[in-house]
Amino acid sequence: MNLIRYGGYKMDSLKGLDSLDETPSRRLVLTAFTVAAVAAAMAPHMALATPAAVEAELKKLLGERKPLEGKIKLDLPAIAENGLVVPLNFDVESPMTEADHVKAVHFFADANPLPGIASFRFSPQAGRASASTRIRLAATQNIICVAEMSDGKVHMARQEVKVTIGGCGG
Amino acid sequence: MSTKPTPRVRVPAQAKKDEIIEIKTLISHEMESGQRKDAAGATIPRKIIKSFEAKFNGKPVFSAEWHPSISANPYQAFFFKAAESGEFQFTWTDDDGSLYESKNKLTVA
Repeated sequence: MNLIRYGGYKMDSLKGLDSLDETPSRRLVLTAFTVAAVAAAMAPHMALATPAAVEAELKKLLGERKPLEGKIKLDLPAIAENGLVVPLNFDVESPMTEADHVKAVHFFADANPLPGIASFRFSPQAGRASASTRIRLAATQNIICVAEMSDGKVHMARQEVKVTIGGCGG
Repeated sequence: MSTKPTPRVRVPAQAKKDEIIEIKTLISHEMESGQRKDAAGATIPRKIIKSFEAKFNGKPVFSAEWHPSISANPYQAFFFKAAESGEFQFTWTDDDGSLYESKNKLTVA
């Protein structure tokens, strides 16, 4: 994606369009579209979330609670060949009784356009705090998982997934 | 956007009491993320299924809140502890307010 950006920039310079009043990034992106319409589906037009944005989300979710280690088993590929469809599977250790169960499990990504991926809520009738889905990852990044227990405790786990072809929202 | 989203659900027809069964669901939907732009540079508006809920005999079992980073044709699998016979009700909620539903019976022997 940097190649496209750079290509766009060079074309602009040649035409002497540097004084356009649009912000540079927008102009570069628009130029990139004309230069590489084929690549439009994967074009680098989005601002990616940052680890700081994820930290802010985590702070909102956790408040004063300190996340604990353990109990969460994440099953994510170490290397995802296609960022558009990355299998995500988790299992949180819990007896799943009325008195002691997993209430919710949240997922965040630190280099997607938006930090949130999904939140899952369980009742004790689920029997097992485990679920699978498929997610989009725009680039190599960390997946952060937070599990909220019925007793108020929170567990956290993270795993890096290397992405060879980004799923740029498309 | 083309066809109406069609849910597909796999629930075992029968289970033993207290057996933990896996339920697999899939729904056809393009999950337009709101991040893409068309050839003219205009943003394609977001249109995703934002939530999924599973109830058994009217009681919530599992739910998911999905953000745009859920893949197209969202797949969701989860578990259920079979205690009694009854019926599952699965509901998917679209950004535009549409609801997609599926009902599946379970017999506990």
